[in-house]
Amino acid sequence: MLCQECQERPASLHFTKIINGEKTEIHVCETCAKDKGDQFQGSNNFSIHQLLSGLLDAGQSLSASQSQPYKKTQPDLKCPSCGMEYKQFAKVGRLGCADCYRTFNQKLEPVFKRIHGGNSVHSGKIPKRKGKDLHVHREIENLKEKMKKLIEQEEFEKAAETRDRIRSLEESLNNKGGA
Amino acid sequence: MSLGPFINEAVSPWMKNEGPEADIVISSRIRLARNLQDVTYPLLADKEQLEKIVGKVEDKFAGHSHRRFGQLELLKMNDLKANDKRVLVEKHLISPNLATDSKAGAVLLSEDESLSVMVNEEDHLRIQCLLSGFQLDEGLKYANDMDDWMEEKLDFAFDEKRGYLTTCPTNVGTGLRSSVMMHLPALVLTKNLNRILPAINQLGLVVRGIYGEGSEALGNLFQVSNQTTLGKSEKDIVEDLRNVVTQLIQQERAARKTLLEQSQNKLEDRIYRSYGILAYSRRMESKEAMQRLSDVRLGIDMGLIKNVNGKILNELMILTQPGFLQQYAGEKLNSEQRDERRAAVIRERFNLETNG
Ligand SMILES: [Zn+2]
Ligand SMILES: [Zn+2]
Repeated sequence: MLCQECQERPASLHFTKIINGEKTEIHVCETCAKDKGDQFQGSNNFSIHQLLSGLLDAGQSLSASQSQPYKKTQPDLKCPSCGMEYKQFAKVGRLGCADCYRTFNQKLEPVFKRIHGGNSVHSGKIPKRKGKDLHVHREIENLKEKMKKLIEQEEFEKAAETRDRIRSLEESLNNKGGA
Repeated sequence: MSLGPFINEAVSPWMKNEGPEADIVISSRIRLARNLQDVTYPLLADKEQLEKIVGKVEDKFAGHSHRRFGQLELLKMNDLKANDKRVLVEKHLISPNLATDSKAGAVLLSEDESLSVMVNEEDHLRIQCLLSGFQLDEGLKYANDMDDWMEEKLDFAFDEKRGYLTTCPTNVGTGLRSSVMMHLPALVLTKNLNRILPAINQLGLVVRGIYGEGSEALGNLFQVSNQTTLGKSEKDIVEDLRNVVTQLIQQERAARKTLLEQSQNKLEDRIYRSYGILAYSRRMESKEAMQRLSDVRLGIDMGLIKNVNGKILNELMILTQPGFLQQYAGEKLNSEQRDERRAAVIRERFNLETNG
């Protein structure tokens, strides 16, 4: 695979950037990664190596072979958006921005469980506007559950109605995605 | 200004309505923590970034009328005098942190002061709804209403798996802290509270003295609130709290009955001594004031004192704090002067009561 930036050198680094739920795959050579790192870091000074190993440590996609050279050094995790370091977080117990949750994802998982009685997954409110699709996904899940029960109770007519409703919801999602 | 009108202005309108279970539950509070997506959290943001957020909130919400809360007013911390901020803290409308530590803090307030939105406290936004008595469901409804309204115009940091992304991982998920302020004098007097507290902690709830520490709470006032914010729905969180509070109410009532049956004379003696001291003393430290007020409030709620309104505790709890005493005096007071003022305000307030 060629580097997506220069289209010259082979891409030796592959990582996934997730900002606000938008997932972007990035495949670059080391030279371009350094440039790209400068874009990420903004006003904060930290090296591309720190940035990348931050992403690696947080379990973002990277094939095993490529992770080797960076695994060894294991510098502290650092949030690419706000510059918060993991050790700083561990000290103040507070995060610097929404992206910190992505950056420190793996390390935070047990923290959440400890704080929230074994829970680490949200099951409460979804913002109305921003989470419109999420609402639909949840409703589809609920309807599927309902359909299963209806079939068990041999209420086939109602089950068929529910199935149609699920289909139309799924279609509404697909149409939006394709547009 | 004489005390009557001052109280009228000082006490938030929401406090004037007596809520359900008002003899034990003073107030219910719902708080939702929200942050803007793509903006650094207040912990790391610089003043300029924070001022931008205040500007955004001012633009979109200040002066606008909300169907439930009416006109909203924005107060910027940097524009307020120190004592004005203190008074807002004493009214529980803002936190001490917002008053003193925020680089560019502000608060959005509804006319009846039942709703406040702190801007640039630990999180970008903290929506808070305060209601008198035991009204958690209503509080949640109102806070959600405000949350929905704000979300129409702002992009919140939200993740499908982790929910609302807060500055502190202890608030992540729902960002919901629901709490109830309770007056539990009989459970303290009968030494039953210490027995109950560990069980409550095991249910993922915390009990704290509002003023003072642990079971040494001043004025026998306790705040019970949820600790878990992730993995449960808002409704379930509030329901779990409501169940525990309901039990605490029953226990407190039972303890009051026991006191009356087993030691009415002793109890009356305690209550009337406190009444006498509040009505006639010339100096009063805040710690003693809280204790005496708690006694008198218990006497009122048990029907032992008949000519005094139960709201007196809620009012004097707020009015006898340093910020209010200074506001009433119109000048800065040292602690000696405050003790004198405090006694005077309490005497005056009791007079107001007995003279109708
Ligand atoms: Zn390249
Ligand atoms: Zn960050």
